[in-house]
Amino acid sequence: MKRLLIFGLLSLFLLPLGAQTINVTDVPWDDGKALDFHWDFPKQPDSLWLCLQDAQANNTRIEIPLSKAGTQRIGELSPGETYSFLLKAYWGDERERFAAIASPKAAWFYLHKWLFLLLLLVICGAILGYIFAAKQGKDFFIRRINGLDSMEEAIGRATEKGKPILYVPGIGDLDDIETIASLTILSHLAQRCAEYNTDLIVPCRFSMVLSASREVVREAYQKAGRLDAYKQENIFYLTDDQFGYVAGIDGIMLREEPAANFFLGSFYAESLILAETGFSTGAIQTAGTAQAHQLPFFVVSCDYTLIGEDLFAASAYLSRDPQQLGSLKGHDFGKLLVILLILIGVILEIAGITWLKDLITGALA
Amino acid sequence: MKLSARTERQIIYTLLIIAVGLPLVFPIGWKTEVSGYTEMAYKLIEETPAGNVVLISFDYDPSTITELQPMAEALIEHAFKKNHRIVATALWPMGVQMAEKAFQEICAAYPNKVYGEDYVNLGYKVGGMVSIQAMGRNLKEVYPVDSKGTHYDELPILQNIKRLKDFAWIASLSSGVPGLKEWVMVAHDTYGIPVTGGCTAISAPGFFAYVNEQKQLTGILGGLKSASEYESLIDRKGTATSKMDAQSIAHLLILVFIAAGNLKVYLSRRRKRNA
Amino acid sequence: MKRNTPLIFAFIVGMLVILAEFIPHRPFGELTSTLENWFMIISGFAILLGQISLIRVNSHIIYHKESNWQYHLAGMISFFLMLIFGILWGMQESIGLLGHGERISQAIGMKPFDYLFEYAYMPLSSTVFSLLAFFIASAAYRAFIIRGFESNLLMITAVIVIIGRSSFGSMLTASLPEAYRFWHIPRLADFLMEYPNTAAQRAILISAGLGIVGSSLRIILGIERSYLGGDK
Repeated sequence: MKRLLIFGLLSLFLLPLGAQTINVTDVPWDDGKALDFHWDFPKQPDSLWLCLQDAQANNTRIEIPLSKAGTQRIGELSPGETYSFLLKAYWGDERERFAAIASPKAAWFYLHKWLFLLLLLVICGAILGYIFAAKQGKDFFIRRINGLDSMEEAIGRATEKGKPILYVPGIGDLDDIETIASLTILSHLAQRCAEYNTDLIVPCRFSMVLSASREVVREAYQKAGRLDAYKQENIFYLTDDQFGYVAGIDGIMLREEPAANFFLGSFYAESLILAETGFSTGAIQTAGTAQAHQLPFFVVSCDYTLIGEDLFAASAYLSRDPQQLGSLKGHDFGKLLVILLILIGVILEIAGITWLKDLITGALA
Repeated sequence: MKLSARTERQIIYTLLIIAVGLPLVFPIGWKTEVSGYTEMAYKLIEETPAGNVVLISFDYDPSTITELQPMAEALIEHAFKKNHRIVATALWPMGVQMAEKAFQEICAAYPNKVYGEDYVNLGYKVGGMVSIQAMGRNLKEVYPVDSKGTHYDELPILQNIKRLKDFAWIASLSSGVPGLKEWVMVAHDTYGIPVTGGCTAISAPGFFAYVNEQKQLTGILGGLKSASEYESLIDRKGTATSKMDAQSIAHLLILVFIAAGNLKVYLSRRRKRNA
Repeated sequence: MKRNTPLIFAFIVGMLVILAEFIPHRPFGELTSTLENWFMIISGFAILLGQISLIRVNSHIIYHKESNWQYHLAGMISFFLMLIFGILWGMQESIGLLGHGERISQAIGMKPFDYLFEYAYMPLSSTVFSLLAFFIASAAYRAFIIRGFESNLLMITAVIVIIGRSSFGSMLTASLPEAYRFWHIPRLADFLMEYPNTAAQRAILISAGLGIVGSSLRIILGIERSYLGGDK
């Protein structure tokens, strides 16, 4: 603190005539970690040397371009902390010192993200609007999703054959939204299995997914009034290792020969291994993932495939809850908006008008 | 003669073993043309000035070692040739050993490279994207010691490295999550650091979208073919090049299977029409 | 209360994270990093939960000698062997309870943990992944059948990409004049991957992204409750 005061007083003493030569301003609408250092000299200096001192009196040399005037953004600062700048400029043997003090402030909004916020509000507003309309009794048409309609058929086949159903909730952890979407489908499937008294096997890759799956299935069995039929040992942890997990599931498929396999969630390179092994056992297979590059493998080897968005719409589709169905219409509104933006953007780009692209690119920064 | 589905599969698998095995024993030596994506990745490293510190993240495990390890070795060798100093990290637990193997392999040809000065293995950190974001703020907090237990401050290579922005480029070799996508989202989109990397051939199409005007990815090495292309660019006689013959023969065999499958369906339809 | 507490919690945390994306000022700016640190800590503890489940399930099967119990016993032995070797002699540079195990390392060339990793785990892991090659072959045999317009299109593009991605592809059309270089098979394959394939993948990504927004909004607002184990 003492050193800072001395530095401050010294800088006042050292300020030459024309104190407007250097200026430090806070970068507006940011997270308070940057300051802009401006300088403007009447003539080009031979060398410039800028030093930054923080509140703990640590000095850092900052590289700035050698020019008559300019602005240098200094980042990675701490919001609210006071920084002192000392600039030494050399013209031959002549040397001048300039000093300034500034403190970066965090803003209450990232202004460059306004478009992002607007789009988010529009899409969320549409979703909420359609949910509200559904609550008022408006009926919405939702196209058929064959993969989800087939669930009854799959459970029926498993019950007839006396074989279990295998459900793989993906290789993602609980922080993956695809896994959450998968668990919502598992809840519906588990309830049906409880009603039909069909065994449900759920191997999990992560411990948190294991806990969540057990809870989901247990609640589903309780809701169906068949808590006595719930078998905790059917929902188990295999391994964290990706291909160890796949090998384990392949073993289950070949030994238990489930009548129906469900692969719903996040999948990567192991998707074809799972799907082909299941195909070889003759099981009816339904798969769904938002990983676009794995979908072709599922389409080839599975009877039904939920493509991308279908996975997230599943819960709404299966429950037929009007509010949830309303939210699906919101997705469609969002898609329409994106299509319009793409079309307008392509036309503008062809015409050489780039403001829309610059606007959207700026929002992503 | 009608074959059961199981027998057909057995024949396919047997033929495939022979087709892949023979070129490994009797190499053919076919050349591979370099693709644009590989060249972009190559140029990024080639045009980075000497002395820069770079980061290579080993986000894969032994299951994908065949495709990704040759890429790792090629990237390390290229970086050493350009006198870049390499910091290795891993977002997958086995990535640490993959990094060790790669450095062992390459350092045999570069005995002057010193651990701690020219390269360092920081080890594995759990958390995926969360770890990358933390590295973006303070690398030392995420890795207080390296994989051998040496303190951060005692490693000369890390003297001027405080956070991700201090790296000249970042390469992630990934076979799943967490991996390349997370590095793009944090390292490039948040901090503007050039990111390149490699992935398995099966995942490569998903990453082409990131090789765009915004340069979210500066090139991508997708699979064994790209690894062999990279080896040819840096004049390295690596394992990818020798395995490409087997891959090429396997591709041809798959075309034969496709033709055989179509022939089978055609004959079956003709039999039904005549019946 | 049992049902409402997690819903309220999900709403508050969800809204805070969304706000933190737009508001840099304290406390929002630091919120995300704090939650990230909490997640890292919980992830570490969660690993233990999985191991306990693994041991419980397998022990039960072994104890009651259920079908194929021998394989479960082999699995458990492997698990504990790696664990014990790692604890006693460490791995690579890290030290174990009994030091670095120099004598064993001299006898087998490396530490026991590293030996098992190098010569047991790595080949097994690579083997499972390599099954993909066989499955691709059998899937290709079954799936690429000429039926109609779309399947024809699929097969033509598949053939171009399969040939283009091999050394063979560049040899086939190497002699094409410069004016026709677009039809050079590797270049054609790259074109197909870069434009039609990327366009389709982006479309799926966009719709999946919107699905994620909708799904997340339903979870945050408590409309979607299946992940908790029930609707109401």
